[in-house]
Amino acid sequence: MSLVNLIAQGVLLGGYYALIACGLSLMFGVMRIVNLAHGDLAVLAAFLVLTISTTFDVSPFLALVVTVLIMAAVGWALQRFILERSLRSGLLVPLLATFGLSIALENMLFEAFGADTRSLGDLIGDLVFDSVEVTSAFSLSYLAMLIFGLAVALLGALSLFLKRTSLGRAIRATAEDPDTAELVGINARAVYGVAAAISVATVAVAGAMLAMRATFDPYSGPMQLIFAFEAIVIGGIGSLWGTLVGGVVLGLAQSVGATLNPKWFLLAGHLTFFAVLAGRLARDWGRARGGLRAALGF
Amino acid sequence: MSLLSIERLDVRHGLLQAVREVSFAIDQGETVALVGANGAGKSTLLRAIAGAHAPASGRIVFDGADVTSLRAYKRVARGIALVPEGRRLFGEMTVEENLQVAERVGRRGYWTMQTVMQLFPMLQARRDALTGNLSGGERQAVAIGRALMTNPRLILLDEVSLGLAPVVIEGLYRSLPQLLQGGATLVLVEQELSRALSVATRVMCMLEGRIVLDTPAASATREAIVDAYFGLHRGAEAKGAA
Repeated sequence: MSLVNLIAQGVLLGGYYALIACGLSLMFGVMRIVNLAHGDLAVLAAFLVLTISTTFDVSPFLALVVTVLIMAAVGWALQRFILERSLRSGLLVPLLATFGLSIALENMLFEAFGADTRSLGDLIGDLVFDSVEVTSAFSLSYLAMLIFGLAVALLGALSLFLKRTSLGRAIRATAEDPDTAELVGINARAVYGVAAAISVATVAVAGAMLAMRATFDPYSGPMQLIFAFEAIVIGGIGSLWGTLVGGVVLGLAQSVGATLNPKWFLLAGHLTFFAVLAGRLARDWGRARGGLRAALGF
Repeated sequence: MSLLSIERLDVRHGLLQAVREVSFAIDQGETVALVGANGAGKSTLLRAIAGAHAPASGRIVFDGADVTSLRAYKRVARGIALVPEGRRLFGEMTVEENLQVAERVGRRGYWTMQTVMQLFPMLQARRDALTGNLSGGERQAVAIGRALMTNPRLILLDEVSLGLAPVVIEGLYRSLPQLLQGGATLVLVEQELSRALSVATRVMCMLEGRIVLDTPAASATREAIVDAYFGLHRGAEAKGAA
């Protein structure tokens, strides 16, 4: 039973990683930009939810709805005023720009909220610890299931949107070839703005979930970025459902690692990420030489 | 009034001046063949008209309005469509999606998914195929169809027959007159002279960034075009001008 428990907890944890990764994946897929401020935007959203929720004494979920809208606007502005300008100067400049934004955000949050560790956990009542008990040794947390469900719903909605709607098709066309997209009447810049808005709006959801299931402080962002990045790479870059798989693999690896030794929680995830990456490189290296076996001389 | 008029247009690729002080006007309903050697500036001229390449100086006037500084997507909305060299399809999208993408601009008219499929019946069966998996002829058909879906008033066709088998080119050229059904004006860049002359009402020849010959197709002799194409009488002209 403990094995089932282990797998279930790992999968549910993976839901959170998929949730935080999906915006990063979308922005990279459409604009070829790795947004290094991704994790910090999640933390910014968490602080926004906390502030709105405590100031107006409303449920964090209601505050999240408002925050998602605010963060969508932030995403649009990020594209319009920072990324668009930096994209003109090649691939390295947007990377540096988002790195700078990351540092600036961390310091601004520190200035505004101080170094205290916060959580939304105490604002969501019983949800923070309630769980459904399958057996005495195996229970599933409602919050973890909610997060996993949100991740699946968000990824599903996003891939339906990209496949079935006119705007979604315009986004895919622009992702593939922005110059040609303009030649068939698509305003590529506006499409980038929409993609950035969606990306950052999903970050807001992820940030709020981070804040509900755990604690955060102004410097929590970079670690979330690393989780998101690892989930994307494990799942295969550019695939939304792959992102879910990647998140689950990362979650499972961490759960298994933590069971073996509590200190191995993070390490096991990083090693899995590294192993997947090394495996892919070996595969490609082998393919270029007529199959891995042939390349190794078997 | 002309549909398109180009005034002293200069287009550069960095230091290279690809189009030099070109001026001409095209009337509604004309089919213009733009010929010339590789590197004469034909593609660059088309791309400048479509808005894919910003000119260094000069004016592009379309339907009475200056569009020189309009971005490409806004020119599409006004009725200029370029079928780019090398097709440039969205390879990870299906045939149908490639056509639907061009619907977004919202220019309604003769061309719809249905009429485009009638024009290129071979696409019907390939509707759900990714365009990355199509044959060269099918891809060119999608590229032309995608431009038609914007119901353009001016269609710019860049090297549609490049890399295609002769029998496929034959088929494409047979369908060209039908492109005019929506009332469009056509400018086509073509390497092969006889093919260009078979559909055009007017021939323009470019040489080193300039238009060196501009004549009705009916009165164009092969010799005159070949001379212009290779610049055989350039020396004499230059002396005459001086």
